[in-house]
Amino acid sequence: MSVYLDHAATTPMFDVAIDAMNASLRKLGNPSSLHTEGRSTRKDVEDAREKIAQAIDCLSSEVIFTGSGTEADNAAIKGLFWHTDKKVIIVSSIEHHAVLDPAHWLVEHEGAELIEIPVNSSGTLDLDFLKKVVAERRSEIALISVMHSNNETGVIQPITEVVQIAEDIPVHCDAVQSFTKVPLSFKELGLFAMTISGHKVGGPLGIGALILRRAVEIPALLHGGGQEREIRSGTLNAPSIVAFAAAVEVHLYDAKKVAALRDSFESGVIAARPDAVINGKGAHRLPGISNITFPGTQSDSLLLLMDSQKVSCSTGAACTAGVHRPSHVLMAMGLTDVLSQSSLRFSFGTTNTEADVAYALSVLPGVIERGLAANAVGRK
Amino acid sequence: MRIIAAMSGGVDSAVAAARAVEAGNEVIGVHLALSSNPQKYRSGARGCCTIEDSHDARRAADVIGIPFYIWDMADEFHEGVVENFMSEYKAGRTPNPCLRCNEKIKFAAVLDRAKAMGFDGVVTGHYARTRESENGRTLHRAVDPLKDQSYVLAVLNREQINGAIFPLGDTEKVDIRKEAQARGLAVAQKPDSHDICFVPSGDNAGWLRERMGSEVGPIVDQDGNKLGEHKGAYTYTIGQRKGLGLTVPTEDGSPRFVLKIEPVTNTVVVGSREDLAVTSMRGERPIFCGPEVGAAPLRGFVQVRAHGAALDCTYYMENSQLVAELDQPLLGLATGQAMVIYDGDRVVGSATICETA
Repeated sequence: MSVYLDHAATTPMFDVAIDAMNASLRKLGNPSSLHTEGRSTRKDVEDAREKIAQAIDCLSSEVIFTGSGTEADNAAIKGLFWHTDKKVIIVSSIEHHAVLDPAHWLVEHEGAELIEIPVNSSGTLDLDFLKKVVAERRSEIALISVMHSNNETGVIQPITEVVQIAEDIPVHCDAVQSFTKVPLSFKELGLFAMTISGHKVGGPLGIGALILRRAVEIPALLHGGGQEREIRSGTLNAPSIVAFAAAVEVHLYDAKKVAALRDSFESGVIAARPDAVINGKGAHRLPGISNITFPGTQSDSLLLLMDSQKVSCSTGAACTAGVHRPSHVLMAMGLTDVLSQSSLRFSFGTTNTEADVAYALSVLPGVIERGLAANAVGRK
Repeated sequence: MRIIAAMSGGVDSAVAAARAVEAGNEVIGVHLALSSNPQKYRSGARGCCTIEDSHDARRAADVIGIPFYIWDMADEFHEGVVENFMSEYKAGRTPNPCLRCNEKIKFAAVLDRAKAMGFDGVVTGHYARTRESENGRTLHRAVDPLKDQSYVLAVLNREQINGAIFPLGDTEKVDIRKEAQARGLAVAQKPDSHDICFVPSGDNAGWLRERMGSEVGPIVDQDGNKLGEHKGAYTYTIGQRKGLGLTVPTEDGSPRFVLKIEPVTNTVVVGSREDLAVTSMRGERPIFCGPEVGAAPLRGFVQVRAHGAALDCTYYMENSQLVAELDQPLLGLATGQAMVIYDGDRVVGSATICETA
């Protein structure tokens, strides 16, 4: 049997989303065209926009479709920076590279100053640190970006408190991992901007959305036909948008079931390897993500061995060449370089079963044994 | 067998992996990331381990239909190969980092890790052959004399040879390219890599100067008379004639050659062509791929460069050093190079040259 435990990377598309996408692919019409076909496709897109707006509790005009979550993050960070004359960008130290890298780019090319807010050992944002920085630098801060939950550990961040501290400073939140997994309201959180992505929620790859507060106008990243509030020009990807909305509307994610599978897996791991450490265990976490350190191993060896046993999981971070790198998230939580490279992420989804958990647990001890041996010769 | 295929992204290792699969093995492709700061693209025929190379390796694995992973060996490579390369030059010797990489990385770090993970061996695209004999597995030259890489594999001990699989040794390179084409491997026409992978410019002296500085020192003749100045003794090689920048001509107008590099005094000694002649050499750290050599003199061949000639010699062990006495003198032999002894086409063993006479 093969077991897929990498749902945080991408998760199967729901059948309704595939059906909706197929139907849309067969349909003719550019949503920007004025004739019958164009209007019909445009209607599908706007129906989809409303469904997504409803799911995330925002106005439909606040949904700006993009080609990915990364694009939405880039648009938010660069857009909110260029929106003002202020130069300070504040992010958490555990952001996804889709937030960190545009922020660093702005430092290098646009004279921005970046302040990273640390997290505690459970991976939760240090609010006191944030409070202090905001109190000292308030008038200089262009934006604050803190993710809703972390993609490596699943730890949920105190966004409500962040927005309270920020007051009128624009706050962006990367909610790619949280969307549809935990309750989420753009309006109630009081955010300026939020990022979501289609393929993490049972929709297709290649579609994301920037939720941008009404009347906040940011410079366009793509210029052209003026689609999407003139922020994101380009012919609308109707089939993917329709499928994204279909996945969100049907909402098949079963948080209770997924959390039970995750918990059962974690208990089994600790029973088999009492020295294993579950990162972020003490914090409020997403139902489906489990990040575990196996001391004395190297995660790339473990991944290869798990894969050979037909269990798919993740090492977290890799550079452009595909080389495994120490995770900045785990290191921000205080893990050493070595321990952070001894960690695996298992992420569960609605399609997983108890049998999957049992199978993964049955192969894990052998994999860890071989991983320990492989690491021991490496240090010889 | 379950084996790891070390895939560089080149044509040879791709075909080697494909042949290993066809031979009925369970093969997993691994690309070694040897640079912690890889370049995006290869520049010409030089270098490896670029992002483009890892992509090529991945595509080859896809076509062959095997799993593929990247192993980060950058730290091991830096410590075991790059640092050694610098310290050898600093000590006035001329190292061969490819041998060092085979000895310390490909058939040590990788093979050991593979075995610990439950694999039986490592397959590579080296051009060499192994044979099973009553004395165990032995290492032999490849059939293609232009591609033969037995020299750079002569640092492997018997245990390492037992864990190594070289499927290409029986085929000429030109046919490997044809085979790659027939197998649909996109790397079929990718240029061969030459020179030292971590010196992508090909300018060893410049690379060394950048990292080790260029301390000016004297160039002297054999009597100690100063003839000129150099910018770092370690950038010279024994036998080098060009680039000495000497303005004082010899009496008879004959050219001067680098005879000796003295790292402690940062001195380069030059002299006539005749003074370069070497008739015997001694090597330290001997490694035997097959039966060990004893004190009794034996007849065979010695090779001192990767694609150098096999020179007739008599060889034996003395004071735990490997000695080779040449039938004909050889011009310009640097310490630090590897001497590899052959018995016909069989690799007997190797040692690092520490003394010449």
